[in-house]
Amino acid sequence: MQDNIYSSYKQLEQKSKYTNMFLRWFLYFVLILFASYFIFPLYVMIVTSLKTMEEIRQGTLLTWPSALNFDSWAVAWGGRGYGAGDTFLKPYFWNSIKMVVPAVFFSTFIGAMAGYVLTKWRFKGDKWVFLFLLFGCFIPYQAILLPMARTLGVLGISNSVIGLVLVHTVYGIPFTTLFFRNFYVSIPTELVKAARIDGAGFFKIFFKILLPISAPIIVVTVIWQFTQIWNDFLFGSTFSFGEAAPIQVALNNMVLSSTSVKEYNVDMASAIIAGIPTLIVYVLAGKYFIRGLTSGAVKG
Amino acid sequence: MKTLKIEELSKNFGTTEVLRKINLDIDEGNFLVLLGPSGCGKSTLLNIIAGLETINEGNVFIDDYNVSKVEPKDRNIAMVFQSYALYPSMNVRENMIFGLKQAKTSKEKIEEQLEKVSKFLQVDQLLERKPSQLSGGQRQRVAIGRALVREPRIFLFDEPLSNLDAKLRVEMRREIKKLHQQLKTTVVYVTHDQTEAMSLGTNIAIMNHGVIQQNDTPEKIYNKPSNTFVADFIGSPSMNLIKGNLKENSEKISFIASGSNLEIPIKDYDFKDKANLSNKEVFFGIRPEHIFFKKFNQTDFEITLRADLSEYIGHEQIMTFDFANQELLAKFPSTIKIDLAKETTLYFDLTQTSLFDAKTEERI
Repeated sequence: MQDNIYSSYKQLEQKSKYTNMFLRWFLYFVLILFASYFIFPLYVMIVTSLKTMEEIRQGTLLTWPSALNFDSWAVAWGGRGYGAGDTFLKPYFWNSIKMVVPAVFFSTFIGAMAGYVLTKWRFKGDKWVFLFLLFGCFIPYQAILLPMARTLGVLGISNSVIGLVLVHTVYGIPFTTLFFRNFYVSIPTELVKAARIDGAGFFKIFFKILLPISAPIIVVTVIWQFTQIWNDFLFGSTFSFGEAAPIQVALNNMVLSSTSVKEYNVDMASAIIAGIPTLIVYVLAGKYFIRGLTSGAVKG
Repeated sequence: MKTLKIEELSKNFGTTEVLRKINLDIDEGNFLVLLGPSGCGKSTLLNIIAGLETINEGNVFIDDYNVSKVEPKDRNIAMVFQSYALYPSMNVRENMIFGLKQAKTSKEKIEEQLEKVSKFLQVDQLLERKPSQLSGGQRQRVAIGRALVREPRIFLFDEPLSNLDAKLRVEMRREIKKLHQQLKTTVVYVTHDQTEAMSLGTNIAIMNHGVIQQNDTPEKIYNKPSNTFVADFIGSPSMNLIKGNLKENSEKISFIASGSNLEIPIKDYDFKDKANLSNKEVFFGIRPEHIFFKKFNQTDFEITLRADLSEYIGHEQIMTFDFANQELLAKFPSTIKIDLAKETTLYFDLTQTSLFDAKTEERI
């Protein structure tokens, strides 16, 4: 009797071992399939950017380039050197940097201040202020294009990098405020009370006590804002043209306005260049992004 | 001169009344505990004393000076919080001297104070550590140190032991008591734990629904609770409150529980007002620890009751008896053997009873 039970257990054990093994291999298969599907466009982009036009015409999408040829990257970045009609990314890349750095800085800073006030210095109607800010997160940007264009016109900063900085700062504030508010809500208000008894004022509490422990949420906000602003095309194309355009607009112009032959290799190289800065930000700050928001040392 | 005096203080958040006409004062060097269930307004009261909350009506005086509109930092107080509230980005040294630096104290004075206090609290080895590297007890000590270096007139404690585990809580409780004995600084201490309140306070103010129910010494609070709330709140298990009527018979007053014929004589009871006692509906209050299984005093009153339930908790046991269909709890050493569902003879210590008006719930 006993032996019978044991042998049937053994059979079951064998069986479940095979089932598990099969399921595991199946799982890997599916994962690899999805991963390659996901990575495929990137592969095509990189490979194409390294080919000459000759190779592109003769080979297929997947063929490996005959040699590592960075000519198209050079053209994408610095142009061909002849005068009119030559669009290349370099000046627009710097436009974008000049736009993104102050816009990220101001929207993050203002968001941090707003989050601090909304959680630690409650006032009458603060819930409404927060509600309206939250509402700002859901406004479709197409709806505000015309009023914004008028505003920029009145302020005399339309078609300028400064104008774009203003637009991105304003429309970044709802998100940054939301981030910081949710972070500061989890920080005990007792910290602020203790600091007030110790004699610290509004700004001292913010800069000396709260800001030094805000690193995780600052990183999250900076990544979010940087990606949003760098990748923005709508505001860029609406509120700027020609010299003042950010890189995404220039990329679009480059790809769409080539009169003669479509230079796929240059297009691909340009697209990659336009995407590199966000990648760098992710690589540098990504671990904080994953680490989450609670590294607070307030409680054990 | 009172170190702290609170006059006719009221506070509401919107339409919710949190504190109602609070009057309170403390003499120099006393340890006042604000005790009450959560939501009774005790923390709000403490925050008002600290200046962290505004006042709707009334005034707060420190050393006879009206500080109602004075900023927290200028009130000469220091506060210790439940979550310790140590500044996470600063090390222990910076945490402790932050207040002194804000007050532009001279460097020598800061160093002197820091050395004195950190030695006194035995945190001088931890000065370079961040709060996250400290244990709960160490954090608590640093938080107290931060309050101590400022040499305040009044210490405010807001449930400082609630975040510690049971063992550490008892240790820190003793340390706070020692601290007060040595420094003799005036303390206001908020807690919901009656053991903490009893063991620490020279005075206890019991609060409920924003009103002070009784402000007295721990002994008075325990022996002569001024109403049924206090009687019920203090003591574990709380005081038995048996409903019944008083009977006055030729100068002799006795208590008869509802649904029973047994007369319990009320002798030597310190009535507030001896008039109109006959037939008065009252609660007869007796603490579980004042019911004995053996006659100890001549005056003890003998009574026979049925045991219904026994709860064993190690050093003692809590027995539930049936007293004319009302529950009566008694506390005995766990070595005593009492059979359930059987009549048992008990003895009430009649010198330790309380009587409350059944309508007003006030002590009579």
